[in-house]
Amino acid sequence: MKAKKRTLNIIYHVLVFCFGLVMIYPLIWMIMSSFKETNTIFTTAGSLIPEKFTLENYVNGWKGFANVSFRVFFQNSLFISIIATIGTVFSSAVVAYGFARCEFRGKKILFAAMLVSMMLPAQVLMIPQYLWYQKLGWVGTYLPLIVPYFFAIQGFFVYMMTNFIEGIPKELDEAAKIDGCSYYTIFTRIIFPLMTPTLISSVIFSFMWRWDDFLSALLYVSNTVRYPVSLALKLFCDSSSSSDYGAMFAMATLSIIPAVLIFLFFQQYLVEGVSTSGLKG
Amino acid sequence: MNKKKQTLSQWLNKNSTAGVVCTLPFIIGFALFMIVPMGMSLYYAFCDYNIISPPTFSGLKNFQRMLTDTTFWTTLRVTFKFAFISVPLKLLFALIVALLLFKGTKMTGIYRAMYYLPSIIGGSVAVAVLWKRMFSQNGSINAILMALGVIDSPVSWLGNTSTALWTLIILAVWQFGSSMLIFLSALKQIPTTLYEAARVDGANGRKQFFRITLPLITPNIHFNLVMQLINGFLAFTQCYIITQGKPLNSTLLYTVYMYQQSFEFGSAGYGAAMAWVMLLLIGLITLILFATRKLWVYDGGF
Repeated sequence: MKAKKRTLNIIYHVLVFCFGLVMIYPLIWMIMSSFKETNTIFTTAGSLIPEKFTLENYVNGWKGFANVSFRVFFQNSLFISIIATIGTVFSSAVVAYGFARCEFRGKKILFAAMLVSMMLPAQVLMIPQYLWYQKLGWVGTYLPLIVPYFFAIQGFFVYMMTNFIEGIPKELDEAAKIDGCSYYTIFTRIIFPLMTPTLISSVIFSFMWRWDDFLSALLYVSNTVRYPVSLALKLFCDSSSSSDYGAMFAMATLSIIPAVLIFLFFQQYLVEGVSTSGLKG
Repeated sequence: MNKKKQTLSQWLNKNSTAGVVCTLPFIIGFALFMIVPMGMSLYYAFCDYNIISPPTFSGLKNFQRMLTDTTFWTTLRVTFKFAFISVPLKLLFALIVALLLFKGTKMTGIYRAMYYLPSIIGGSVAVAVLWKRMFSQNGSINAILMALGVIDSPVSWLGNTSTALWTLIILAVWQFGSSMLIFLSALKQIPTTLYEAARVDGANGRKQFFRITLPLITPNIHFNLVMQLINGFLAFTQCYIITQGKPLNSTLLYTVYMYQQSFEFGSAGYGAAMAWVMLLLIGLITLILFATRKLWVYDGGF
């Protein structure tokens, strides 16, 4: 009986582990291919270990396109992601505080609007927004990629933070009020510091989404010098540009490093974010 | 003067004022980046408009064009096929793996990481370009399948109308991680006393699953279904990079066609009309899912 249970246990682990390997196989293939000599990648597509380990692909890929190095693309991506994340996290926190702690006329309708904005997908908005930004003269600049995020337009974050603030005991607010705090200083001195866990989750998700964002970059950024990484990687797919697949694998590998690092260090926050609010549905 | 200043700060510190002040960013943002563009596009949907020259009103022409545009109907069919195959498969895998990982062992953390990692990076351009190469004629999928003896010669997965869409479906199913996490946390909330009682009553594992586990997680299945179907209908990046709708429009998803019409074929008015049709369609599907909710979702608590 005990032996049978043990065999079952071993079968379980072998099965789950092997299937897990199948899951991450594409990534392993990408990483390993980035270290192969570029002309051997597809002749040895079935094996993972490079015949000759080389860093040449990274050197070649880093040179980028049309005299623009990948360093520029990474800088652009970092700039856009960081600024948009700061905007979205701060504005969402303030708005969430208003929803969680204040009563005012039209709050219910506004909250419903927030839920609608959560359901309204970027793809449906892409053409309307493009036409509008074109009217504003924003096309070709970073403004469409940054400015909207300073207005708490990502309902997910507002929703998550509102729930979080509602979990903070109201007695804290009352005590602060007696000590002479206004509604605004209650937020800056009491609520905001207490929101750290949900702020971290939001920063992580926002940064990863902005980093991966391809659609808005495709629509609004036209000058190669201003390309973010996501758009630059796409150039490897265009037949007109280079077909150096080694370089492509190398740069693709580099581009997922931020997400993988976040995943390794903040897995708990990601898991909680998904489990409790269905973020990244 | 002093008195007036005081009343201003008093007014600002009223609960209702503070509420409006705090939510002001959202009020402005919602109006400026949602209502205005949606309103504009509603107008453009009834116009001839190519972005460069000013729009001219054309009534229902764009919508009439949809009825006779065979490509439009093809994209609708492809999109439905994509969503209605990939989403159920995704949820099925998510549930199976969640059940496997539910029984915690020392290795569970590592396993969970392995299954969740694809979802973290799956939406990126890096994975899209990787996928394109993996399924290319000389890619690793062909190499492995030939080594295993499944196929004799390389298959053109992306060039064949019967297989191309499946590469996109597999990519979508591969990212079942977030649904899996939602199922995992739902499974953990089921009280163990229910299973103990069932065991006393002599219910075997299969019975326990179909009588206890499955009914109790139907709310989560419903939630996942709604979210994933919406996502499925709106898939863009992967199709845009990997197949561009080829071959013969067999993988042309709705959003990609909408993009092409608006920005490549110079029919932004038609694109705007398509966006509105998509919005109505998604609304309709969500409505149907919520209307049929009570038929199969258990909301009774434990």
